[in-house]
Amino acid sequence: MKLISAIIKPFKLEEVRQALIEFGVEGLTISEVKGFGRQKGHTELYRGAEYTIDTLPKIKLEILADDNDAPSIVDVISKSANTEKIGDGKIFITSVDDVIRIRTGETGGDAI
Amino acid sequence: MKLLNLCLILLTTVSSPTIFASEINSGDTAWILTSTALVLLMTLPGLALFYGGLVRTKNVLSVLMQCFAIACIVPVLWVLYGYSLSFYGEGNFFGNGDALFLTNVARDGLSVGYATSIPESLFVIFQMTFAIITPALVVGAFAERMKFPAMCLFSALWLTLVYIPACHMVWGGGLLADWGVVDLAGGLVVHATCGVAALVVAMVLGPRKGFPGPSLVPHNRPMVVMGAAFLWVGWFGFNAGSAWTAGTDAGMAMLVTHISAAVGALTWMTAEWFKTGKPTVVGIATGMVAGLATITPASGTVGPQGALLIGFLAGLVCFYATQFIKGTLKIDDSLDVFPVHGVGGIMGILLLSFLGAKGILSVGSSGDFNPITQFIIQLKGVGVIVLWTVIFTWIAIKATSLITSLRVGEEDESEGLDLIEHNETGYQN
Repeated sequence: MKLISAIIKPFKLEEVRQALIEFGVEGLTISEVKGFGRQKGHTELYRGAEYTIDTLPKIKLEILADDNDAPSIVDVISKSANTEKIGDGKIFITSVDDVIRIRTGETGGDAI
Repeated sequence: MKLLNLCLILLTTVSSPTIFASEINSGDTAWILTSTALVLLMTLPGLALFYGGLVRTKNVLSVLMQCFAIACIVPVLWVLYGYSLSFYGEGNFFGNGDALFLTNVARDGLSVGYATSIPESLFVIFQMTFAIITPALVVGAFAERMKFPAMCLFSALWLTLVYIPACHMVWGGGLLADWGVVDLAGGLVVHATCGVAALVVAMVLGPRKGFPGPSLVPHNRPMVVMGAAFLWVGWFGFNAGSAWTAGTDAGMAMLVTHISAAVGALTWMTAEWFKTGKPTVVGIATGMVAGLATITPASGTVGPQGALLIGFLAGLVCFYATQFIKGTLKIDDSLDVFPVHGVGGIMGILLLSFLGAKGILSVGSSGDFNPITQFIIQLKGVGVIVLWTVIFTWIAIKATSLITSLRVGEEDESEGLDLIEHNETGYQN
């Protein structure tokens, strides 16, 4: 099993979500996060003074997937979140030891 | 005989109100009643929202609380001794105690001095709203770091040692009134005093943690705009109410007030656009306040053309003054009270000598003074008020620091005054 974490631009969320649902993803976790990469932050103006704000708001998606589905899901996200501009975000893939569905106690692949 | 007595009693009861009614002008009274409400609207919610939006999320309530508390503390002091020391007696700096506890203010009493067609009770509360907003303006200097008890004590002391004498000197028949200083609605009494006090307090308290830096930008700009809009509308009562009559002077005061606000806003916005590449909403709103503060003393004498020039200079000079105080001098007058109100008020006081005199941009002006002579009088007035404010603000803040500590600790400052001082938060997370 894999945990796919994707950091994307907030305005791309709806598009990515649609694409993932069409692909057949059963569930996903969305968080509002802040951070910076190559895009760095942005400038804010206050009464004639310029301030650099170090962090930008981004959306973090987390999807749990079978090893087989993981590459396709990554592909779906890469395509739908892409604007070909700096700041589009990153996707991290990590291995997951186990998953437990709280209601039934199912584990592993059955719990996805 | 009985019948005659009855007739006499009837006659007196019927005729006595008529005597007063012939002296009180209902039009003037109605306008000052309205203006009083407008000026209170400037503090609550106007200034409170304006300042509240400019601070960070964690301090929004503390600023609203400070403005609210001042609006409650000042009226009590005004009744106890503020009004009496401001408007009774002939002293140079302070009035006398003839109206302590408002003992001399009768239900059917007429106002003293220059506002003779309205009830004295109305004069008391109209002036009270000015006494409220002035210390509330100083809040902008110590926002985000001063302890609440220290704020309450300092504001009370400051009202007593700075506002009341300034009010008496200029409006209550004191020294500056004798010299012939012209200050219609408070360029000196309100804006110069709060602005200079802001500098003194900011220097004594020291800067906020993180100043100057990106972490100190406003948390809620829509709130700033709402507050600014209340200030603009309320200012009609502030300036046109200070004409005391519902007549031509009030009309012209309102017109020039609006012109200066609009031009001040446009000028600041443009200056900022040139400097930073973008016009900003906080910029246009701040320029409006600068335009209003600058026209305040002059709104009784200048005409529309003078107002165009005053608004333009307000936007330009106050914008660069803001950069100078924070950028060059590195003084954390947190919400720019001095560069906007202090600089604006003093500039208006000086400019009115030229723009308000008949003969120079004279359309709509009503001052028959000699520009140079008047300028020297105004300059002396500025000198006295600035010096007085520096000395007595310093005394007020030092006296406060002897009784209670002025600032929250470094860790508490990071946590925010809302939680530390009031155990409340402005927003649910």
